[in-house]
Amino acid sequence: MSVKILYFASLRETLCCSEETLSDLPPGVETVGALREWLCARGERWSALRTGQSIRAAVNQELAQASQLIADGDEIAFFPPVTGG
Amino acid sequence: MCVSVQELDFDPGAEMAALSAGQEEVGAVASFLGLVRGYEGLDEMELEHYPGMTEKALAAIVAEAEARWTLRRVRVIHRVGKLLPGERIVFVGVASSHRGDAFEACAFIMDYLKTQAPFWKKERTAEGTRWVDARESDAVAAARWGSSVA
Repeated sequence: MSVKILYFASLRETLCCSEETLSDLPPGVETVGALREWLCARGERWSALRTGQSIRAAVNQELAQASQLIADGDEIAFFPPVTGG
Repeated sequence: MCVSVQELDFDPGAEMAALSAGQEEVGAVASFLGLVRGYEGLDEMELEHYPGMTEKALAAIVAEAEARWTLRRVRVIHRVGKLLPGERIVFVGVASSHRGDAFEACAFIMDYLKTQAPFWKKERTAEGTRWVDARESDAVAAARWGSSVA
């Protein structure tokens, strides 16, 4: 499965990454929450995504819960709580 | 287009006038204008957003408002990029037949925009830059309208 992942605002700065495409996701990574856990395992700075951290997610540009399934070709985004207006 | 995300400034008076232009059944226009709130030491505010999702999220919020109230016309403008204290940042205008719908829909759109639309503010002061934290009071304000549009 291949997905595009975007990171915004403080999370983008912490991770030193604004966008990446993952084409090697293991079969078990089927939800937003599982993807987040898998990314956390990459190393220290990726712990910014660990459960308990206040991070929101979107799938194909719509807000998504951790349980939402992800599919090949999805655009997934992680970001801190929004502060517009 | 009733939703705009732009770096350019806008003219609130012209936007207000456009909400009722040529629409005799409009009896009320309510609006909200948000400014970059200045304080001692704030040099600049930078607004980041998620291009694509931002426009979709704002359109969904407007659609939800149109489903809940009887509205004639809605306009939402949100600026992005670098803004100085005192500059205009957001405009929400709602035209309807009666003031109740206009007032409520305008407040609803702002409350949901604050908690659902992917914008992030970063402040720059003499000490450096700092991302603005989300406020619990904004979540409480959005919650009073009931279920989320997410």
